[in-house]
Amino acid sequence: MKTLSGTPDPELLERHGLTRDEYQRIVEMLGREPTFTELGIFSVMWSEHCSYKSSRVHLRKLPTTGRRVVQGPGENAGAVDIGDGLAAVFKIESHNHPSFIEPYQGAATGVGGIIRDIFTMGARPIALLNSLRFGPLEDPLVRRTFSGVVAGIAGYGNSIGIPTVGGEIAFDESYTRNPLVNVFCLGIAKSEEIMKAAASGAGNPVYYVGAKTGRDGIHGATMASAEFDDKSAEKRPAVQVGDPFMEKLLLEACLEVMKTDALVGIQDMGAAGLTCSTCEMGARGGAGIAIDVSLVPQRETRMTPYEIMLSESQERMLLVVRKGREREVERIFDKWDLHAVRIGEVTNDGRLHVKERGQTVAEIPTAALTVGAPVYERPMTEPAYVAEAAQLALRSLGKPPAPSVVFTRLLASPTIASKRWVYRQYDHMVRTNTLVIPGMGAGVVRVKGTGRALALSVDGNGRYVYLDPFLGAQLAVAEAARNVACAGAEPVGATNCLNFGNPERPEIMWQFARAVDGLATACRALDIPITGGNVSLYNETDGRAVLPTPVLGVVGIIEDDSRVVRRTFERDGDLIVLLGTSANELGGSEYLKTIHGLVRGRPPALDLGLEAALQRLIVEAIAQGLIRSAHDCAEGGLAITIAECCFDTGLGALADLPAVDVDAADFCDISTLFNESASRVVASADPQTAERLVQLAAKRSVPARVIGRVGGDRIRIGIDGRAVIDEPVIGAERIWADTIGAFFESQRAIA
Amino acid sequence: MKFAVVVFPGSNCDHDAYHAVKHVLGQDAEFVWHRDASLADADAVILPGGFAHGDYLRTGAIARFSPIMREVRTFADAGGPVLGICNGFQVLLEAGLLPGAMLRNRSVRFQCEHVFVRVEQTDTPFTVGCHRGQTLKIPIAHGEGNYYAEPETIERLERNRQVIFRYTSATGDVTDEANPNGSANNIAGLCSDRRNVVGLMPHPERACELQLGSADGLAVLESVVKYVTQGAVAAAR
Repeated sequence: MKTLSGTPDPELLERHGLTRDEYQRIVEMLGREPTFTELGIFSVMWSEHCSYKSSRVHLRKLPTTGRRVVQGPGENAGAVDIGDGLAAVFKIESHNHPSFIEPYQGAATGVGGIIRDIFTMGARPIALLNSLRFGPLEDPLVRRTFSGVVAGIAGYGNSIGIPTVGGEIAFDESYTRNPLVNVFCLGIAKSEEIMKAAASGAGNPVYYVGAKTGRDGIHGATMASAEFDDKSAEKRPAVQVGDPFMEKLLLEACLEVMKTDALVGIQDMGAAGLTCSTCEMGARGGAGIAIDVSLVPQRETRMTPYEIMLSESQERMLLVVRKGREREVERIFDKWDLHAVRIGEVTNDGRLHVKERGQTVAEIPTAALTVGAPVYERPMTEPAYVAEAAQLALRSLGKPPAPSVVFTRLLASPTIASKRWVYRQYDHMVRTNTLVIPGMGAGVVRVKGTGRALALSVDGNGRYVYLDPFLGAQLAVAEAARNVACAGAEPVGATNCLNFGNPERPEIMWQFARAVDGLATACRALDIPITGGNVSLYNETDGRAVLPTPVLGVVGIIEDDSRVVRRTFERDGDLIVLLGTSANELGGSEYLKTIHGLVRGRPPALDLGLEAALQRLIVEAIAQGLIRSAHDCAEGGLAITIAECCFDTGLGALADLPAVDVDAADFCDISTLFNESASRVVASADPQTAERLVQLAAKRSVPARVIGRVGGDRIRIGIDGRAVIDEPVIGAERIWADTIGAFFESQRAIA
Repeated sequence: MKFAVVVFPGSNCDHDAYHAVKHVLGQDAEFVWHRDASLADADAVILPGGFAHGDYLRTGAIARFSPIMREVRTFADAGGPVLGICNGFQVLLEAGLLPGAMLRNRSVRFQCEHVFVRVEQTDTPFTVGCHRGQTLKIPIAHGEGNYYAEPETIERLERNRQVIFRYTSATGDVTDEANPNGSANNIAGLCSDRRNVVGLMPHPERACELQLGSADGLAVLESVVKYVTQGAVAAAR
């Protein structure tokens, strides 16, 4: 082997994202200088993206076990038991950096990657969701990124035939040059047939199947572990190109192969491609793997072992087949016009051997690449802004606009406005399981043959986390779980995607650690284990970080799929019931941001005991048929929530709210209408049963009161008997429905 | 009766069509692989939605060369009922079993939503159980459903009463606003000149259970059951 001679020059190390100390560690582990191919292999496996070297010490705090957990973190995805011997296999993953550089392909391959993680586990993927963050749509660059990302998600998900059943989108300046694209996928498997990504059994053949390997995506994992600057466009070759048709074939063929017992293990080639799949499978199974890269199907000529090992070409899988069963496996792939190629075999020496036409070009203990990766306890400092930004004096803001003006402006805020323009582009009905479509609450899919359904929600509020990472992260867990409960589902498991800035800055590391503490606290209190997820760091452009944005994906079970509840009021004359209580909590609110351009104050307080009681109450009441609709109260507060309950129905509402205590008298109406207090749900109930709902709430120690009645064609909201908002549903709905599309339709009119 | 559901590589509504006819209608059904040489003695054939062969080149352009299409053509020539849904409709167009072509939606975007279609003719195997002028709420999910044919062809289709579904408002009015994709004459579905081959862009198999938002699609699938089991087309004219 030709090893590097002496200490390599700093520029070479920098290009590989390795520090001098890390290089020394490599030399110690190998007992010699690495070869160039080995340097490449270490650089991707020790990148932040693959090694979690900055986050690992913190992630250990998360609760990952529970009575329903079938698979916790460590495999391609987590899994929870959903009854009947079935498991829901799910995970969320980010594709932020590629989506900024090339929005369509970046987002599309993000979808492709998470789908592979799910079917690699032996699960049939049945639902996708996404959580997206962009800068303000007034910016043409943002519009290009936004429409490209949406088209990419649609292009991939629609083709492969997995419905996108929900998601959330929010807008803030901090995401302008660093959008967040987090994609969640869920599949169903028989619990006992879940596949593992481990290699074992020396002599078992190792197969490569799927698309050919090209030079695309080389150093994608290292790119995702660096900040952006004005040279980012030069990184475009590091973005992969997706082929959903190839993935559809792989999906069907792999699920068919898994029905036989000819497979020992299977892993997709995602970030860090062949490198990551070979050494992770070897390490998990305590075995070694020997491959010859000259056997790898190649799309381009004269590729070096370095390039083949680091390529992130999409739609490729690595399989370990039981010796003697090769023909059976090859035949199934042939049926799907895929060619499974034997590229090596399992060994028993715990090493990754890479050869090129028989010549060894790399030989590394798999443990050195995985558990041997550096782990950092990076320094942390509370950022200076935190104490300052917590101060909020409403009086200093002058006289607020009239409530009706604020109401209209909030409905036109893209974060609050209808996302129909987006989800109309997603096939959200294919597979005929979708009981609640996007925009109507948590996405709900039935599990055919069981009478049960799953409710899915992804949520996170970067402003809250920015102002108080510990509390903000708790609020994200609470909101995602509450959304699932509002559909009638008991939350049973979660996955998280943690989007933060550069962890080498102590202030960012502090945000991260406090947020993870918050997630752990809330997940414990609500009894929702985290079964896996993804960390995306270095979300910065020119030294400016995005709002710290942990996104929670929560899965809940609805025991009877005929009792599913949506956001919208159902019947004229029903009573409107507010579960939970309101306080003067405008900190971090959409109101402050939209009207005053401020991100200030303390996020709403959260009583986790009350939150748990509220969620249990809703699930119980829906199961008993006491609730006809339920909607979580989030951005924009009660006034916006009540309006959203009216939209898409043509039904109006007449409600009266008790004033909240506000120290600045001018802000009494504003705060009563638009505060974002946590643990609140607006429900509607038949007048015959509303009283029973209120009584049940009292029994469960959840504050509840009837605040109004469904009916008419206007949204009328009063405070202590005094009318403050009175708008026709149709006019308010038009503002809310047209906001996002208008940015694009007007653009086309000009073009 | 028995349905054959053809599976091309890239079909993705095959399971949905199978579920609807097998588990909702309670009929016999079998998947038929695109390389198979027989339609498994089926009484009716469904070409399901999806992206057959990735829809590379053009929607349906490669699928027409799949071996099973020879069998589908023979079956159709013998008068057998064939239903192409969405991508299946596009395959029928490319195969020349129905006239015309699909352009990109005039929005230039994929659209998934419930729409209304009006049943224009009831003397086909797939509308015999409907009544004329009946409006059905059925979802669409396509990027290329903007039906196009030359004016003479459109005129001939209208004259021969081959337009069997048209996009309308909820109340059954043919308006431009109710046309989701820009299709000529609001055409949502066609039949062949012998009336046994039907293509439509909306997905009746997605609208067979109220739980999913509509059960209006049953009218289409139940029609062919009635047609096969009772031979009931002539009476409908």
